[in-house]
Amino acid sequence: MAKKSASSESAADAAINRSLTPDDKIKLYREMVRIRRFEQVSLQHYQAGRMGGFLHLYIGQESVATGVVSLMGENDHIITAYRDHGHALAVGMTMNECMAELFGKGTGCSRGKGGSMHYFAPDKNYWGGHGIVAGQTPLGLGLAYGLKYRGLKGAALAFLGDGAVNQGAYHESLNIAELFDLPVIYVIENNGYSMGTSQARSSAFGNSLAERAAGYGIAWDTFSGEDIYEVRAHTHAAIERAHTECRPTVLEVKTYRWEGHSVADANKLKYRTKEEVELHQREHDPIQRWKRVLLDEGVCDEAELKKIDKAAQQEAEESAEFAKASAYPAPETIFEDVYWEVDQMTTAGLTGRHFFND
Amino acid sequence: MPKLIEMPKLSDTMTEGTLAKWLVKEGDTISQGQSLADIETDKATMEMQSFFEGTLHRLLVKAGEKAPLNSPLAVILEEGETAPDNLDEIIAAAQATANTAAKPAAPASPSSQSQTKSRAAASEGPSTLLPRAPSPNRRIAARVPGVKSSPLARKVAEELGINLYTVTGTGPGGRIVRADVESAEPITAAPRAATPTIRPTAGPDDTRTNVSTMRKIIAERLLASKTQIPHFYLQVEVDAAPMMQFRAHLNQTSEKTTGNKYTVNDFILKAVICAAETVPAINAAWDGDAIIQYKSVGLSVAVAVEDGLVTPVIKAAEQKTLLELSQSVKDIAARAKNKKLSPDDFAGGTITVSNLGAYGIDQFSAIINPPQAAILSIGSIRNAAVVNDKGAIVSGQRMWVGLSGDHRVVDGAVAATFLAEVRKMLENPTLMLV
Amino acid sequence: MPRRITYRDALREAMDEELARDPMVVIMGEEVAQYNGAYKVTQGLWDKWGDKRIVDTPISEAGFIGMGIGASMLGVRPVMELMFWSFYTVAWDQIVNNAAMVRYMSGGKINCPIVIRGPANGGTSVGATHSHTPENIMASFPGMKCVVPATAYDAKGLLKAAIRDNDPVMFMESTKLYGEEWDVPANDELPGGELVIPLGVADIKRSGTDISLIAHGRAVITCLQAAEILEAEHGISAEVVDVRSIRPLDEETILDSVSRTHRAIYVEEGRPFCGVGAQIAYTIQSKLFDELDAPVLRVTSLDAPAIYSPPLEALQLPTPELVIEKALSIC
Repeated sequence: MAKKSASSESAADAAINRSLTPDDKIKLYREMVRIRRFEQVSLQHYQAGRMGGFLHLYIGQESVATGVVSLMGENDHIITAYRDHGHALAVGMTMNECMAELFGKGTGCSRGKGGSMHYFAPDKNYWGGHGIVAGQTPLGLGLAYGLKYRGLKGAALAFLGDGAVNQGAYHESLNIAELFDLPVIYVIENNGYSMGTSQARSSAFGNSLAERAAGYGIAWDTFSGEDIYEVRAHTHAAIERAHTECRPTVLEVKTYRWEGHSVADANKLKYRTKEEVELHQREHDPIQRWKRVLLDEGVCDEAELKKIDKAAQQEAEESAEFAKASAYPAPETIFEDVYWEVDQMTTAGLTGRHFFND
Repeated sequence: MPKLIEMPKLSDTMTEGTLAKWLVKEGDTISQGQSLADIETDKATMEMQSFFEGTLHRLLVKAGEKAPLNSPLAVILEEGETAPDNLDEIIAAAQATANTAAKPAAPASPSSQSQTKSRAAASEGPSTLLPRAPSPNRRIAARVPGVKSSPLARKVAEELGINLYTVTGTGPGGRIVRADVESAEPITAAPRAATPTIRPTAGPDDTRTNVSTMRKIIAERLLASKTQIPHFYLQVEVDAAPMMQFRAHLNQTSEKTTGNKYTVNDFILKAVICAAETVPAINAAWDGDAIIQYKSVGLSVAVAVEDGLVTPVIKAAEQKTLLELSQSVKDIAARAKNKKLSPDDFAGGTITVSNLGAYGIDQFSAIINPPQAAILSIGSIRNAAVVNDKGAIVSGQRMWVGLSGDHRVVDGAVAATFLAEVRKMLENPTLMLV
Repeated sequence: MPRRITYRDALREAMDEELARDPMVVIMGEEVAQYNGAYKVTQGLWDKWGDKRIVDTPISEAGFIGMGIGASMLGVRPVMELMFWSFYTVAWDQIVNNAAMVRYMSGGKINCPIVIRGPANGGTSVGATHSHTPENIMASFPGMKCVVPATAYDAKGLLKAAIRDNDPVMFMESTKLYGEEWDVPANDELPGGELVIPLGVADIKRSGTDISLIAHGRAVITCLQAAEILEAEHGISAEVVDVRSIRPLDEETILDSVSRTHRAIYVEEGRPFCGVGAQIAYTIQSKLFDELDAPVLRVTSLDAPAIYSPPLEALQLPTPELVIEKALSIC
C-alpha cells in the first residue's frame, strides 16, 4: 500500500501547472515576494525593539506555502506550526493585521493576543499558527475528521517541520489518519534543521522522513520545494487522493531557511556554515528561480517584476506604519476571547463566576 | 535622507550589545542584507545585517564598545547623497531616544475604551485593572489582647456594644463565638440602653488628660484580668526578723566584695522563685482548654514609673544566684525608669511580685497580671508586738504577704502551700542559698 | 414512586438524548462503541447510533483528543471519553494548549465545543497512575470549564448542559458512583420536558444552620452521611453545598450558606495543596471574614500519591468520620 508517487513528466508539464494562466503565475511571484518583504520589514522592526518574544522567519521557504495554498479549494483547510507568516499571507491575510499582531497591537489578527507564532484566519480556512512542536498535527487530523463527518470533499493540509516528526503526537495522528481514512495531508517542510540540530543529528531515517509513513500504510512523497511547479504538482496528487479517496498522504518538501530558527538564534552560523547559507541564497532562492521561469516563459518582463517587488516592499513598510500607529489593546480585552459563552453574553456565560481576579 | 544603523535587538532578552567587530569600513558600498558587524549579545556573537543600500558614511561606535539597544552605530548615505549639515544633530537625537524607543508605549487608559465596557462587565475581571480610589481607613474590629474571639463575634460585639472581656467563650479553645456574644447581651443590655458606660463629668476647673498608650494598655489588661479571671485572695503574716538580720549580715561583707547592696525585695523575690520551684503548679497559665505549666520561672517585677506601672521580666530566674538576681533587678528597674526597656524585657513572665512596702502599705490584694496565674502582694515590714513561742509579748518585725490567684488554674490549697513555702524561705533565709 | 436510575444510566441517557437532538454530537473514546464502554457508560449506544456517531479510538490519547479538538473547531461537537481521567497527562498538550488556549490566541476567532469526560477518583485500588483527581488542575486554566457531578440527577443534567456549551468542558465522574441509584425523573415528568442543569449553579443538597459542608463530586455524598450523624449524635445541623461546577463557580450560593452558618469545611477527594478547597477557603475568608465563627477547614485526600493497598487507601480518602471530627473541632 505504501507508495512513492512516481511522476515521469516534468513538473511544469503537469496538468495542474499547465492550467496556470500568466496572471496566475505572476500572482505566485507576487505572493512569494510579499512574504519575503513582509518578513524583512518585520525583522527590521524586531531589531528596533518594537516587538516582543520570538520571530521565526520563513525567508527561503516561501515557495512551499505559496505553492500549496495556490491549490486550495473551498473545502481545503490548512494548519501549521509557529513559522506561520508565509502561510498566513498566502491564504490572504493582510500585511496590516499580521504586522500589527507582531507589534502587539489591538488591530492585530489575534487582537494582540497571539503574537508571531499564533496567526489564525478560520474564515480563510487557516487554523493557525501553533507554538508547540507537532501540537498542531492532531488538530489537522481533527479538521480532516470534521470534513469527512460533515460530508465535505476537502483536505486538511497540516504543515510541520522536520523537527516535529519525532514527536509522539505526529505518530499518533498518522496512525489514526490511516485507521479512520481521513483526508489529511501532512506537509513536512524539511529545512534541514530542527532549531540548531541537523536532520542527521535529530532523526533516525532510511531514505527520507516521509518514508516513515510507509510503516502506517500511508502514501508518501518527497520533492524539492525550490520549484513552485514541483510543489504544486506533487501536492496536487495528494489533494486529489484526499478528495477522491478520502485518504491521507505525507509529503516531505526539501527547503531551506536563510535565517536562524528565530531571529534570536545566536548560533545560526555555528551549526551550519556561512558558505552553506550563501549557497542557498545564491543558487536555490525559490523567488529568483520562479523569476527566471517567468522571464524564460516570457510571462512578463523584468520591469514588471521589479514593480511587483517595489509594491510589496511599500506594502510591507506601510503595514509597519499601520502597526506603529495602531493602539495597544485596551486592558479590558484581557478578559475577552477566553470563553465563547462569556463573550456572547449568553445565559451560560452569565451564570457562575468565570474569572477569579481579586 | 541619511539612514542610521542602530544597535539591533538580536535576542528576546537583549538590552545592550557590544560591537565586537566592524565587517565594513567608511566609504564601502553597502547592499541590503549585507553583514555590517559582529554584535556580541547576552547570548552570543551575531552578525548585524543592513536593511539599507548605499555608502557607509561614518562609523559612530568603535570595535569593543558597548551600545544600548537602538542607539546609532553608523550612518549610511544613499547613492549620490551628501551628508546634511545637521547630521550631528540627527545622530545626537537618535542617541537621546535610544532605549526609550524600545519600550512599548503604555496602553491607552481603560476608561477611554468604553466600547468594550459591556463585554467587560460581563466578564467581571476588568474592574480589577481600573485605578482604585484609596480605601478609607477602616476601623479594624478590635482584637482584644488575651481573649480569643472569632471575627464574627468581634463584629457582633461591636454592633451590640459588648465588651468581650465580659463574655465567656464556649467555642473550641475557649473562643468567643457569635452565640456567646448574643447570649451575653441581655446582661449589659439595660445599662447600655441608657448610657453604654458610666462616664464622669468634668467641671471647668477639672483637668481632662488624654490617656497615654501605656495607660490604655494597663487599663485594657487589668480590666481583662479583673473581669475574666476568677481571682481569689490569700494573706499570710511573715516574721521578717530573720530576713532582716540575714540581710544586714550579708551586706556587711557584700558591699566590699561585690559592690552590691541587697534590698529587702531581693530576698522576697528569691523566696518566691524558690517556692515556685517547689510548688510548680503556681507557675502556670490558663489557655482555654488547657493549663500551661511553665518549666522555667519568668519573674515579673512590678516597677512604678512615671504615669504608670511596668512589669519587666527576669527570665529563667531560678537559675540566678541571689547576687545575680539582685543585680538583674537593679538593672531592670533602672532601665524602666529611663524608658530603656525593650519589648523583649516584657516577654515570658510567669508570675509577678508587686511590692508596696516602700509606700508604707501593710497589706493589699493585687490584680493578676494576665495570662499568669498568681501575683504576690508584699506589704511593709513594721515593728510589732508579737507573742513568742514562750507566750511572752516581745518586739518583732512582721510583714504581710498576699497572693491573688486564678482559680481556674490553682485552687486554694495549692496556693496556700505555695504561700507557706514563701514564708518558710523568708523566715529561714539561709535555705534560699542552698 | 419517582423513577430511580444509576449514575451510569443517567450519563448514557444524557448522551443518547443529545445524540438525538444534535447531529453534530459524536461520542468518541477507547472501547466506547463495540465494547460498550470500559465502565459500560456508553452501553448500547453503538447498537443504536452506529459507527458514525459512536467511535472507537485506538489507545492514543494525544492523537484522538487532539483530533476531537480539531474537529470541534469545525463545528463537530465531540464528547470524548477518557477511560480514566488519569490519562489526561498523555493528552495534556492538546487539552491545555489547544482546547483551552486556541480561542484566546486567535483573538476570539475560534471556539472548541468539546466535552472530555470520564471517571476521576481514587478508592478503587488501581494505584497512583489510575487514581488522579485533576479537577483543581483543569479548573485552574481560564478557557476551560470543569464540572463534577455527585448524583445521577446532576450527572444527567450537567452533561446535557456541557454538551450544549460552546467552550471546552472537562467533565469528571466517579467509578464509585456509577452504580449508585438516585431519583431522576423521566422527561415527561419534567416541566420543560428535559433535564438540563446550567453550569455554574451550586445545589444545596441538605439544609442546615450550624455549619456548611461544601464539596464536589463523591465528597458530597461523604458530607451528606456526615451531616446525618452530626445531627443525630451531636445535635449539629449541617448544610451540605454541592458546588457541582468548579468553573464556572457559583460563589453566591457558597457565600450565602456560610453567612448563615458562620462555619465552613470544604471536602474533596483531591489533594490539599493548591486544591479546590484552597480556592474556596480563600474566597470565604476574603469575602466573609466578619461572618466567620471559626477558621475554614478542609478534609481532603491525604497528601501522598494514591496507595495501592486497599485498607490503606481507605484511610487516604475523606470519610464521614473525618468530616465529623473536623466539624466538632469548630462547632
